[in-house]
Amino acid sequence: MIAIYLAGSLIIGTAFYFGKKHSTRLLLSVLFSLLQVSLAVYEFINRGVVQFTYFTPDALAVIFLSVMTVITIPVLYHSFVYFEKHPYKPREMGMYFAATIMLIMSISAAYLANHMGITWVFVEITTLSASALIYHRRNKLSLEGTWKYIFICSISITLVFIGILFVTVTVQQHGIGDLFYSTLLANAGLLNPFWLKLAFLFIFTGFTAKAGLFPMYTAGIDAKDKAPYPSGALLASVLMNVGFTGIFRFYQITSHTSIHEWTNKIILISAVLSVFVATVYMLRVKNIKRMMAYSGVEHMGLVMLGIAAGGIGYYAAILHLVLHSFAKPALFFQFGQIYRTYGSKSVYDTGYYFKYNVAGAMVLLAAFFIVTAMPPSGMFVSEFLIFKSLFASGYLWLLIIIMLLLTVIIWAFGKNVFKILFAKPVDFDESKVQPAHYTESLSQYILLALVVYLGLFPPAAMVELIKEAVNMLM
Amino acid sequence: MINLLLIIFTITLIYISMANRMMTYIRIIAFQGIVLFGVALVELIEINIGNLIFVLLETIIIKAIAIPLFLKYILDRNRITREAEPYVSNFVSVVIVTIIILGSFFLANAVSDTHVRKIFFIVALSALFTGLYVIITRRKIITHVMGFLIIENGVFVLSLAVGSEMPMLVNIGILLDIFVSVILLGIFADKIGDVFEEQDVEQLRNLKD
Repeated sequence: MIAIYLAGSLIIGTAFYFGKKHSTRLLLSVLFSLLQVSLAVYEFINRGVVQFTYFTPDALAVIFLSVMTVITIPVLYHSFVYFEKHPYKPREMGMYFAATIMLIMSISAAYLANHMGITWVFVEITTLSASALIYHRRNKLSLEGTWKYIFICSISITLVFIGILFVTVTVQQHGIGDLFYSTLLANAGLLNPFWLKLAFLFIFTGFTAKAGLFPMYTAGIDAKDKAPYPSGALLASVLMNVGFTGIFRFYQITSHTSIHEWTNKIILISAVLSVFVATVYMLRVKNIKRMMAYSGVEHMGLVMLGIAAGGIGYYAAILHLVLHSFAKPALFFQFGQIYRTYGSKSVYDTGYYFKYNVAGAMVLLAAFFIVTAMPPSGMFVSEFLIFKSLFASGYLWLLIIIMLLLTVIIWAFGKNVFKILFAKPVDFDESKVQPAHYTESLSQYILLALVVYLGLFPPAAMVELIKEAVNMLM
Repeated sequence: MINLLLIIFTITLIYISMANRMMTYIRIIAFQGIVLFGVALVELIEINIGNLIFVLLETIIIKAIAIPLFLKYILDRNRITREAEPYVSNFVSVVIVTIIILGSFFLANAVSDTHVRKIFFIVALSALFTGLYVIITRRKIITHVMGFLIIENGVFVLSLAVGSEMPMLVNIGILLDIFVSVILLGIFADKIGDVFEEQDVEQLRNLKD
């Protein structure tokens, strides 16, 4: 199936590039959605079966793949909305759709890969396809964003490669011939701790560029800012999961060795700094899209805190990622309507959003409560569990600091959101506002409802999957 | 033979730290490609023939010919001034790169391991850090790309060190090489020349909070 999927999405991507008609694009989108859904269903049924040598749908891959599939359909829908309101040349639209398909394909394949080298290759492809999306507007700023994204991601991916080479060194000491995660996991006890430490440093730092963690988070912020909002939704949710997958799979191996404690320290430092950086920038940022992107850095920091703390934290971390991947796209989709209303990304130019678009304003308000993890948000549950795990592992002071930082983030986020919703806009000519149809907000409502539902009433199948994903950890 | 080639490669790193003109940078990068061709030839002679040809073609055609020509084309097309314009003086650069090489030497000695030959490790680490150093201290966007190419060469040496038993890794590393160099050079250095008046990193400071 994975072979069919890869070939199918390549064909659909190429067809998108050459297909000039609206009806062709519509047909191809439906085809691709069907392909994506059938992949997710197939991998769910055939869990644990090795396909095509290099792909195994384990529990983690199945969870993230399902999330990806749910996100795909609104992303394609909002891409059509985007092009309806902002006309581009057919060639540029074709490029956009082809790159989106490539991005979704490489993300899905990176989840499923069971070999370090293969994961690496698909992560590289995500960089390339994402940069085509960031460059979509073809102006000076988007060029700058693209340049920085490619440059930082290339350095990061090189770091990951060096890390893989270090793993190879210690693997060869024991005559293990390959880099399958399962082989490494089975032989984890044999591997030399020194090389593993070195490898972990490189691999972790490298994947932070995708995961949006300190130190390499910067490229992702510019990317989410400059990409069109449907792609921003992809970059801010499922692509961050790819970075997490890369880190998590290697962390899983190191957790069976003597360096487990040491890796936890590294992750903890990076996580706390991520939350701290997010707080600092949330206070000063005036660009709505960048504000949403920094919120992603904060949430990845929290996820990593859960991983470092261990225990129930593992479960909470993955649950948090799933919920975050539904909540963040809702915000980005809503941003498209805000931008159309005010023609600006700056908070200063906005206001009275309730007056111009009631359905959209409700989404923004609800998304604010959900993303900042206030009850009844599902993210409240996962954040609470993360805090609980921190408390249980004795990081009391850290917990207090993090909670203070989160309070500041909620204040900063709220200040901007309420400005958009309720304050009076300055110098705003409301005669040109075209009210957005409420159907555009429908997908956001569904996504936000999913966050609440999955957090408060987690379905048994999902709980089982998450437990299975983390039970290999020590 | 291998030792000689790798030492020559290390000397080019010192040379690039004090080079003044953009053309010298390009020539050094081309020369590094040729040296790596030699290293790959000696090192990988016993792996299967298809892989060997792939690696050798990549070093000689991509690293030693295509990329330098492309860099030259970008220089001419965008009328980039020929000075490299480093932030620090050449003397300081030479001292720092020497320290980097010495540091890698001691680091590699500390990490004695029978499965990695020390000299590969030293050279690879030196190239990595020198590349980063070049990126940090040079002002032009195109020199950042060159710094990245030096890092790539370092990674190539490192992958050769473990590559004789795992040819697949070498091939993946080469994929990285080709992908990134082509994308970085081909599309963006070219476009940045069109959109921005000067090829200076100072121009890339508009995206911020």
